[in-house]
Amino acid sequence: MGTGAAVTPSPVSDLRTFVEKQSGQHIFDCYQCGKCSAGCPIDYAMDLGPRQIMRYIQMGLKKEVMQSTTVWLCVSCETCSSRCPAKIDIAKVMESLRILATVEGSVPAEKRVDVFHKEFLKAVERYGRAHEVSLGAAYAIKTRDFSGVSMARLMFSKGKLVIMPPSVSGASEVRKIFSAARSTPRASVPVAKAEDKR
Amino acid sequence: MSTNTYAYYPGCTLHSTAKEYDVSARAVCKQMGIELQELDGWTCCGASSAHTTNEMLAIALPARDLRSAEAKGLPLAVACAMCFNRLKITAHALADKEKLDRTNKVIGSNLANTTEVVHLLQILYDRRKSITVTKPLKGLKVASYYGCLLVRPQEITQFDDPENPQMMDKLMVTLGAQPLEWDFKTACCGASLPLTRKDIVVKLSYRILSQAKQLGADCVAVACPMCQMNLDAFQNEMEQQYGKKIGLPILYFTQIAGLAMGLSPKALDLNKHIVDPTPMLGKMGLG
Repeated sequence: MGTGAAVTPSPVSDLRTFVEKQSGQHIFDCYQCGKCSAGCPIDYAMDLGPRQIMRYIQMGLKKEVMQSTTVWLCVSCETCSSRCPAKIDIAKVMESLRILATVEGSVPAEKRVDVFHKEFLKAVERYGRAHEVSLGAAYAIKTRDFSGVSMARLMFSKGKLVIMPPSVSGASEVRKIFSAARSTPRASVPVAKAEDKR
Repeated sequence: MSTNTYAYYPGCTLHSTAKEYDVSARAVCKQMGIELQELDGWTCCGASSAHTTNEMLAIALPARDLRSAEAKGLPLAVACAMCFNRLKITAHALADKEKLDRTNKVIGSNLANTTEVVHLLQILYDRRKSITVTKPLKGLKVASYYGCLLVRPQEITQFDDPENPQMMDKLMVTLGAQPLEWDFKTACCGASLPLTRKDIVVKLSYRILSQAKQLGADCVAVACPMCQMNLDAFQNEMEQQYGKKIGLPILYFTQIAGLAMGLSPKALDLNKHIVDPTPMLGKMGLG
């Protein structure tokens, strides 16, 4: 099998290098069997299926990959990873693309998903634990999507939503962890080829 | 399973949207002589959001809780499947000495990474032979739904088969119930998307529930707060969208175990669900 480098058009292997270092997955182990897309529960809603994402990364098509909804609709259910005959953790590849979007500050194709994750973490950073009410309110204001209000009302009526944010002794430590994690340089992960995993 | 005492990490949702999981887990463990010592000042594992943003954060947040458990010198019992998944992934990642050192710098600690992380389902499953079943759930058809996070990635969670797990099914047999043979045990429910892409959650969850319903399930058993919410809270929307009645109660496996152990529905917080399990309880003579 060739290395594939010869068929890689510009914008070169930039994306692949990042993904491999971040995820530890060897992208050219993918031989496009399509088992990932066949099993992906959300494939139907993505503009590029997981198999296509793998191919596009091989080809260095960074813009297309980073603008895809796939990156944001993947929920890391790991069905693809557990079934991949080349033992590629495809969910980990998707995760590395989301991290890249954060690193580069690129505009996500599914903005609401991005806002959700960021607001979730803001509440954790502030209170040490997740807080649905803070998250839901900030999310609704930022996205102008108020469709969650009726659900919130329903959960509240069942006594399942706590209005006051949690007060936790570990909260100040968590804030320190956030700031230390932000200033820690990303480590590159050794890339394991398929033959090493067998 | 040498010990009967565990450090306990409930996870954020068990204090809010999944209160009934916490209440029933504690009640069932107490009945079985298992002591759960809640970790002081435990904090969020980062859930699905941290590993989407910053890899160090995704490891450091659970590492802080692993350190608290390590200080107690007890194995860590985890209720939420998401927390379990993140704690397992963290413990696995920290087997790498260099990563452990870097993480210790971030959390300002000297974690040795020696804590065993166990999910509550595993704890009950391992002890199922010693459960005193006073009200066998004869005739109750249960669709055991494991979701994604317990069983995948298998090399890391080391929790049953990722395509056809059996633990919950065997536990149900012990409780006198009848587990369903079905296809959607580990199919994804839509996970963290209910607020952002509800359409996906409704579609995926309906796919799961419609087969359970078709095969005659009386209820679905779950071990994950996210799955519970997706499967329970959107049934109205599913019924509207697909024009079919579902009405399946989505219960935590701890609640079902508690019923068989003779605990009252009230003691198991069975009034917290969106789909009311009262008709099911009536049918079983447990109402």
